[in-house]
Amino acid sequence: MYTQGLDQKSSQSAEIKVESAEDNARFQAHVDAEEKIEPKDWMPEAYRRTLVRQISQHAHSEIIGMQPEGNWLTRAPSLRRKSILLAKIQDEAGHGLYLYSAAETLGISREQMGDQLLAGTAKYSSIFNYPTLTWADIGAVGWLVDGAAIMNQIPLCRCSYGPYSRAMIRICKEESFHQRQGYEIMVELCRGSKEQKEMAQDALNRWWWPSLMMFGPSDKDSQHSAQSMAWKIKRFSNDELRQKFVDVTVPQAEFIGLKMPDDDLVYDEESGHYRYGEINWQEFTDVLAGNGQCNRERMRTRREAHQNGAWVREAAQAHAAKKVARAAA
Amino acid sequence: MMKKEDALLAYTLRLGDNALIIAQRLIELVTHGPELEEEMANANFALDYLGQARMFYSYAGELEGEGRKEDEFAFMRAEQEFRNFLLLEQPNGHFGDTIARSVMFEVFYLMQLEALVDCADERLAEIAARAAKEIRYHLRHDSQWLIRLGDGTEESHEKIQSSVAELWRFTGELFAGDEIDEIMRAEFSGPDLESIQAAWRESIAAILAEATLQMPDDQWMDKGGRTGRHSEHFGPLIAEMQYMQRSYPGLDW
Repeated sequence: MYTQGLDQKSSQSAEIKVESAEDNARFQAHVDAEEKIEPKDWMPEAYRRTLVRQISQHAHSEIIGMQPEGNWLTRAPSLRRKSILLAKIQDEAGHGLYLYSAAETLGISREQMGDQLLAGTAKYSSIFNYPTLTWADIGAVGWLVDGAAIMNQIPLCRCSYGPYSRAMIRICKEESFHQRQGYEIMVELCRGSKEQKEMAQDALNRWWWPSLMMFGPSDKDSQHSAQSMAWKIKRFSNDELRQKFVDVTVPQAEFIGLKMPDDDLVYDEESGHYRYGEINWQEFTDVLAGNGQCNRERMRTRREAHQNGAWVREAAQAHAAKKVARAAA
Repeated sequence: MMKKEDALLAYTLRLGDNALIIAQRLIELVTHGPELEEEMANANFALDYLGQARMFYSYAGELEGEGRKEDEFAFMRAEQEFRNFLLLEQPNGHFGDTIARSVMFEVFYLMQLEALVDCADERLAEIAARAAKEIRYHLRHDSQWLIRLGDGTEESHEKIQSSVAELWRFTGELFAGDEIDEIMRAEFSGPDLESIQAAWRESIAAILAEATLQMPDDQWMDKGGRTGRHSEHFGPLIAEMQYMQRSYPGLDW
């Protein structure tokens, strides 16, 4: 899973320390030499804040992303599919954990990040505000959403910040597995009955455009890109990654006999790329602003899980304290 | 008198049903865990149970010899054909209810599996050995939670005490053996329920004592899962689980 968080504003207040030009120059030289920045190294405050924002949004996306898929766990059509889906969701919880740990190396606690998510001041990927309506959506989410995520994440394995890049290497291995499993669901549906094929086409129709939006705003409207590129957090622009995703995915759809929901989609012989239609950026902005079909449900579920678990966490702490006290007595 | 082959098949299916139904209940909890580590543990345990159900069902299909596969046992049988314990189909309730249910079952199940490891049916013994490794870990994790909740805050103590009290009436069924259990014991050197019951009580008493909880008094015990007479909670669970296969019969997914 992934966030389009690269390009979102954070509502954290800015508190900029005085940074010397020498420190900045030394830092940039370090980055330019493709050396990893480690937690104890000096770094510009804005670099640290950008990473905290990006990594925590990515972590939150993993956690919230469990919900649309979890919607089909109890109803998965076979025991094999149920097991695969459950393992995938478990992987996502694991990704959330590594990413929170990576962000913690930048001086923010998991609890603070959790509070930001619940307070709505930290974002997660808007793609998870779309509903999973049929079983085919589980295929489409794996194929398209994880497929788009991988496009975004592979370059992050070379990100200048060491802990993030190492977390991404682990995550990418599992994501590509998830993507193949999602595509396999679609293949199976397309080989199946008329109603299965219709289910697959309907899922593609609903997930295609939101998947393209996952790469974030068009380059001309992207605010953080230039600085992130210079810091080697980001390696490719939003539009470059989006194009790559389209080029890889269109033939996969054709191979299983599905039609992309884009009448303007054509293959451009000269450039070797598919040209696609206009993305509905109004929808992107709306969903980002909280007006997607499931924004409220996703947050409510998260908040309730946290609230319902409060007495459990308190009990664990109280018990641990009692044990310490008993050992000391 | 039932034939021993039929008893082995019925017994294997029961094991599959227990594993599947608790897996389905744990799956309902995904994304609702009290913290991320617990989210991972719960999914992991549900996966283990699902894996066990699949092994038991696949073996049952072979024993039956009529070509039924794991999914037909899970998705194409009616409610009353399932033979899981009533305890396992009880709703998740709060975290303490789930933990209490798991501990009560897992203490029993681990003893059952450990006995089956030495039974005369080689395949069942193999599956039991694999499952026992997983359940040993579940039980350690879940009993630790029971202890934390019992010996945690006043609120958690009260909550988990009432979970134990509420679920207690379903524990009698774990030991209410029937002809199938007798044949398994006599013909396949299967588990001896009487000695398991005594060991279970002892083990549960020790966990409850460490958790500073009271063992419930002897009381009326509910039963029915073994004969296919389930609780009202079971129908909706099955309806949801079987939805796809019932709506679109005979398709591959």
